Amino acid sequence: MATLKELAKKEELFTGGHRLCAGCGIPPIVRLILRSTDSNIVATTATGCLEVASSVYPYTAWKVPWVHSAFENAAATITGAEGAYKALKRKKRLPGSDQERDIKFIAFGGDGGTYDIGFQALSGALERGHNFLYVCYDNGAYMNTGVQRSSATPLGSNTTTSPAGEVILGKQQWRKDLTKIVAAHNIPYVGQASPHNWRDLSKKSEKALAINGPTFLNVISACPLGWYAKPEDSIALCKLATETCYWPLYEIEEGVLKVNYKPKDKRPIMEWIKPQGRFKHLFKADGGMEIIEEFQRRLDEEWERLLELDGKRV
Amino acid sequence: MVKNKDFTMLDAKDLPLGGVLPDAGSAEEYETGGWRKLRPIFDPEKCIDCLTCWVMCPDSAIYVEDDKIAGYDLDHCKGCGICAEVCPDKVQAITMVEEEN
Amino acid sequence: MTAVAQTQRETGLTGNSAIAYAMMQINPDVCPAYPITPSTSVIEEFSSYVADGKVETELIPTESEHSAMSAGVGASAAGARVMTATSAQGLALMWEMLYIASGMRLPIILTDVNRALSAPINIHCDHSDTMGARDSGWLQLYSETVQEAYDNLIMAVRIAEDKRVQLPIMVCLDGFITSHAIENISLLSTEAVQGFVGEYTPDSALLNVENPATFGAMTLPYAYMPLKKQQSDAMTASKPVVEEIAAEFALLSGRNYGLLEEYKLDDAEVAIVVLNSSAGTVKDAVDTLRAQGKKVGALKPRLYRPFPHAEIAKALSGKKAVCVLDRADSMNGFGGPLFTDIRSALYSDANRPQIIDRIYGLGGADFRVNDALGVFDELFKVQETGQVDELIKYLTV
Repeated sequence: MATLKELAKKEELFTGGHRLCAGCGIPPIVRLILRSTDSNIVATTATGCLEVASSVYPYTAWKVPWVHSAFENAAATITGAEGAYKALKRKKRLPGSDQERDIKFIAFGGDGGTYDIGFQALSGALERGHNFLYVCYDNGAYMNTGVQRSSATPLGSNTTTSPAGEVILGKQQWRKDLTKIVAAHNIPYVGQASPHNWRDLSKKSEKALAINGPTFLNVISACPLGWYAKPEDSIALCKLATETCYWPLYEIEEGVLKVNYKPKDKRPIMEWIKPQGRFKHLFKADGGMEIIEEFQRRLDEEWERLLELDGKRV
Repeated sequence: MVKNKDFTMLDAKDLPLGGVLPDAGSAEEYETGGWRKLRPIFDPEKCIDCLTCWVMCPDSAIYVEDDKIAGYDLDHCKGCGICAEVCPDKVQAITMVEEEN
Repeated sequence: MTAVAQTQRETGLTGNSAIAYAMMQINPDVCPAYPITPSTSVIEEFSSYVADGKVETELIPTESEHSAMSAGVGASAAGARVMTATSAQGLALMWEMLYIASGMRLPIILTDVNRALSAPINIHCDHSDTMGARDSGWLQLYSETVQEAYDNLIMAVRIAEDKRVQLPIMVCLDGFITSHAIENISLLSTEAVQGFVGEYTPDSALLNVENPATFGAMTLPYAYMPLKKQQSDAMTASKPVVEEIAAEFALLSGRNYGLLEEYKLDDAEVAIVVLNSSAGTVKDAVDTLRAQGKKVGALKPRLYRPFPHAEIAKALSGKKAVCVLDRADSMNGFGGPLFTDIRSALYSDANRPQIIDRIYGLGGADFRVNDALGVFDELFKVQETGQVDELIKYLTV
């Protein structure tokens, strides 16, 4: 696996000059993944922060061929491009001179475009077995449109459609476990990663992009705007998400689950929640602490279950 | 590339069909440095060239040359301060200071 | 022997079989598809061509029509020739992507086997599906017969991909009536079809990794509006291209197609305008009345988008009374969509006829020769009195 010095020698494929917020957690993920293969890349992005901010006409931050078509269909769109590649390669009609070139296909989507509206297209594309990597950058809400809840939003979080009110204290539901649902498609590789651990993310990207078949990475991404957090803390908050086991780092390779990081000193979820303004109502209102306790209880349960599966065929 | 800095209507005849942008990475020509409230001050004496700041920078705004941090692209740096934050505690080679204007 | 004779084969085929056969002859690069009645057998038969190695197409059996058109957009942007087929709810589910395909200037070729939109759910023919897509920026060709559907599809490839056009196109034929009925048809040889359609070579493509381009960028008003103007201009420019390619096709096939078909219209005093298979029914009624010495005729638009308003106005100018038959209602718009367009096209004509709209055949309701004769009776009355009693009315209910 490549070192940072080796990675830094490669061309920057996602340039500065995009309009993502200061401290946005998405670009480090994208930059690193695009460096994790020596093959050519063709990418797509679901409608969302990354798409909007990276392609404000006439500027584009993408140095790889890139397409955006809509919100709910990144997986379907990339399978069309991949299908075109197969057909044109077969017919020896690829545009340009090199008919043998290798191309990797990557679809990026936020949690809204992946857990929710793009869920069906993702499932279909995985089942059909196309050769592509789907990357979900999960920042836990519809941030691009002003922080509305998604099925990835954490319990108790204040969003504009699950507001912290007089009676209801933010989001009432537990998040969807998308990584496991994707794994249930029995695809060759599924991983959960975080940008703070660039080694782990880079290794997982390398693995995924080397595989012939559908692969999936779920990567936590901090959003200073929607998390009501300091921009400089974006990476630290992702780290804390793994230390509290809100975001365990694990992978499922050919059906075998491996937990990649087991914190020696598992931190209480309180430490992750506290610096984020989206949870601040829980510390003031009656019943707030009960929600935090419930949060901790369910996280503990999930972590235990994950540890039980470590090293096993799932 | 058709540039538009003053938001005036572009001429249809100048635009590639269907909104295709043929110039890869043209966003480099768009400056986001003006968003910055804090400016990173980098001390090469302290830097151990671990490149952590480079890999974590959301704006691809840290230059690496010959395996070493070679400076900042202030045309694009938005001053988020992630670089200073991820710089190892024992190193502390980056300090964020208020922009003058 | 002439080239025409050499390339023609007579056979009996259903509309769907003829469409699938044309697709096999064209051998598109990618076919993303989802089955829906009554277009299903197009995709079933084409899937068999793929399974039997008759084509080199990448078949992408998606989990929905939305994903089918999304994959179509991805494949077309990648540089592939893309063909698919759908009907009714399927086209409705694609709706979002139809605008994206045309806005991105992707020459995707779609066959729509016309079927009524729910609710109530109904699998039979009307035009509410494609009429709903009439302003989506797709060209629309309508087909009266199996032969026309086959010919239209082959011409559609050339029209869509023409450098002056570069827009998606849909070929429409009537569900069950045309899609499932066997008619005699002359097929071209596969060599002739492939020679006619040629290869698709877009100016920019995702798969051209040497020139990485961005497709589908986010535009602000200063770019969105000029790009829409470009798209609209291309739509306008496509009309002569449709005629040019029809002329070229006539040399190959011996079959002539215009933007419209005028049937005994020249000296007619009253006329019916109708799309697709019911044109055959109307022509039958015209023949019956002509035999009685009545000056009647019919007009069948083949190209509906872009709307050939000048040609239609010219064809109907000077008639005394005209009925537009609409197989779709716009639900409290001003009559059906075809009527609205045609009445508007005639507005500035000094010799414009009296014009009425009759909604017919919704959800597969029969429209018989007697029904067409009844419409002509109404038109005779309008002609005689100069008065229109009922401007817009449902027929046969």
